[in-house]
Amino acid sequence: MADLANRTLPLSGFHGGSGAASLSVAAPATRISLRAKPDAVSALSGALGLSLPTKPKTSASANGRHALWLGPDEWLVIDENEADLMAAVALSGVLHSATDISHRNTAILVKGRGADVAVNGGCPQDLSLTAFPVGACSRTVLAKAEIVLLRTAEDAFRVECWRSFAPYVSALLNEAAEDAGN
Amino acid sequence: MLLIYCPYCEEERSELEFRQAGDAHIARPTNMTEMTDEEFEAFFFLRDNVKGLTFERWRHLNGCGRFFNAARDTVSDKFLTTYKAGLPKPDLSTLRPATEATVETYEATESDAK
Repeated sequence: MADLANRTLPLSGFHGGSGAASLSVAAPATRISLRAKPDAVSALSGALGLSLPTKPKTSASANGRHALWLGPDEWLVIDENEADLMAAVALSGVLHSATDISHRNTAILVKGRGADVAVNGGCPQDLSLTAFPVGACSRTVLAKAEIVLLRTAEDAFRVECWRSFAPYVSALLNEAAEDAGN
Repeated sequence: MLLIYCPYCEEERSELEFRQAGDAHIARPTNMTEMTDEEFEAFFFLRDNVKGLTFERWRHLNGCGRFFNAARDTVSDKFLTTYKAGLPKPDLSTLRPATEATVETYEATESDAK
């Protein structure tokens, strides 16, 4: 039998947190870092099957695919079904820059009534529902690490971080989740 | 914690997400090959380092990643305004006056060297 490369997942099997905020590792997903000028947004939206958000701190989601506004010309697109996003945007026919970062990032899911408290353990943003409603997203910091935060429900966050930062981010969230209560 | 208004994210964010990036409104010379060393030095290295109101570039590094400009008082550390890169300097008379009168500096309160 041929030798096959085995995929090693960062945080494989990781579970943690507390009764107030449980932590789990997100399933592998494909991700692209997408940059484009405003005139390319509609064509790229059509190619991806969801409308790229143009307002700060907003995201669009459809069928397990998420487009997160990171900057005025920058989006993080995540597909939880591991669809080929690079091929999808290549069909748009407009000028853009897409980089496959599926393996650069990993994600930790924070869920529970104390999820916002756990994330706020290292993140300085206002995570009240008025300032950071469901669907809101932002690139920000978690202590010393850069993360991309997406609120998937009132009591749930998806914390995207670089895989090399995953041990740090998960350990810090674990501590903060314990502080959030049982 | 200092909150800085990002003109691209359109809200105030923690200073932890930002980095200072030097003076703003420095025009890049178009005749760089013809400049003397002294002229290049003046453009490239020499800065005023003013006490009081200064215009600076800032970058929302761990946010939208954009560079923008800010008018900041170096004595009080207060941001008078921030505006998008490429826009002209804001009218100083519309900004709040520098708060030198209310800030207690070391020179004003402790030192003889006024």
